[in-house]
Amino acid sequence: MWSIYRKEISYFFSSLIGYLVIGGFLMLLGLMLWVFPDNSILETKFANLDPLFNVAPLVLMFLIPAITMRSFAEENQTGTIELLVTKPVDDWQIILAKFLANQTLVIFAILPTLVYYVTVYLLGSPKGNLDSGAIAGSYIGLIFLGACFVSIGIFASSLTKNQIVAFIIATFLCFFFHWGFSYASRMDVFIGKLDDLIQSLGIDFHYGSISRGLVDSRDVVYFLSLTGFFMFLTLLMLERRKW
Amino acid sequence: MSVRVQGLTKYYGDQAALDHISFQANKGEVLGFLGPNGAGKTTTMKILTCFLPQTEGTAEICGYDVMKDSMAIKRKIGYLPEGNPLYKDMYIKEYLHFVGNIYKVPSLNKRVDEMIEQTGLIPERHKLIGQLSKGYRQRVGLAQALIHDPEVLILDEPTSGLDPNQLVEIRQLVKDLGKEKTIILSTHIMQEVQAICDRVVIINKGKIVADDPIDVLREKVKGFKVLYLEFSARIDPKELKALANVKKVDVLSPTTFHVYSDSDKDVRPVISGFASEKGYTLLEMRTEMSSVEDVFQQLTKSN
Repeated sequence: MWSIYRKEISYFFSSLIGYLVIGGFLMLLGLMLWVFPDNSILETKFANLDPLFNVAPLVLMFLIPAITMRSFAEENQTGTIELLVTKPVDDWQIILAKFLANQTLVIFAILPTLVYYVTVYLLGSPKGNLDSGAIAGSYIGLIFLGACFVSIGIFASSLTKNQIVAFIIATFLCFFFHWGFSYASRMDVFIGKLDDLIQSLGIDFHYGSISRGLVDSRDVVYFLSLTGFFMFLTLLMLERRKW
Repeated sequence: MSVRVQGLTKYYGDQAALDHISFQANKGEVLGFLGPNGAGKTTTMKILTCFLPQTEGTAEICGYDVMKDSMAIKRKIGYLPEGNPLYKDMYIKEYLHFVGNIYKVPSLNKRVDEMIEQTGLIPERHKLIGQLSKGYRQRVGLAQALIHDPEVLILDEPTSGLDPNQLVEIRQLVKDLGKEKTIILSTHIMQEVQAICDRVVIINKGKIVADDPIDVLREKVKGFKVLYLEFSARIDPKELKALANVKKVDVLSPTTFHVYSDSDKDVRPVISGFASEKGYTLLEMRTEMSSVEDVFQQLTKSN
């Protein structure tokens, strides 16, 4: 399994993809946080990283499908999937290896934003005047959210031979699972009846709750189950040849 | 018995791709799997490599069942799938290391160098797979199938798309490997079977139509003999047809003919006598070998 993981990782960093993803992610967030006046810390003068954590899901919603789209679609396209599954590895090991590799790249993209934390920490008046607990929670939430998006992306990629199709499906599913449920919960039919339940199905809800700095086991269970659910669907797709 | 297939059946929906086929392959044997496109060769191989499950029947490799012990089988076999899929953005060595790592091959560096040498990849060894010509890619495909020194090699059309020189080299390689391993290779090229296989299984529309050692198979359709004749000038085929023991004359061109006779009759003296009597100059006369191709056509047509 680790040889597949290593292969995927070395693909990211021996091609432009890894650097593009990390660079693009940091640049967008940097612009949001420091340059664009609407939410720039220098303009709003609040010592927190809220702009970063509000925008990051939106950026990841496009970036993660872009990195995961090839994971199975390309193998299906070129037929290398047949090589892979006839090697002595279990199907779930292949999926887990790909998941971990993509997740590693996502974490590598998120980690450098700690620099922004340090900057804001130092800029605060008095120094260090920011809610570190909430920020730690937000980082944990962001990594969990990334894991959900990665597993959605890998699932979408396993559906098709076409990477563009995989990208579009993944972006749509990410959007739907992130905001779709909370938007839907505001529909008239649900208000007062199912709205809480429906809202709690969305990633947004749990990301918001974990961002407050309180790592609740319910949120963690939610993120892990959603990730696991899409990994399971991927396994079904990979084994569909056996049906 | 390295490979044993019994009553193997595979349905895709309602369509039977394989219909109760049974065959065996032994150690040190190159088994040619011959059939027209769509006959079920690839399906059989996919079942043997545990990629697809069969609908019915059993397949065993080295005593392991493909359904129950797929992991054990995957370790025992080397597989070159149809179309030789490869990761084009990897370097040859990188790729062989990757595959070797999956099999947990001991002292892998040495083994990779060995494989590169054995498959004749040395001049290209520093290249990306995507930059290689088709022949070299085929060698990479073979090298990855061989890296863990498998007992059974399953090669799906290993020589498709190679030029004549590459064909000869790859065939020689397969033949050498066949001395110590069990090799099952599929092809629709008849010469290939004649060149490298010890035994042939001919399959057509999911059914086995022949399963014989190569020379037995050739004997099977040796009911008649074919002579190739070339004259210096035009000849009326009726004159040839009128000769004793000549069964049939095929006109290839106004001066060249195929003359058929029963295999136990020799018509050559009659023909040379005929030529000198009539004053024709006979430029060439040779016996045509009945090839696997003829066998193949006869067997697959009649079914």
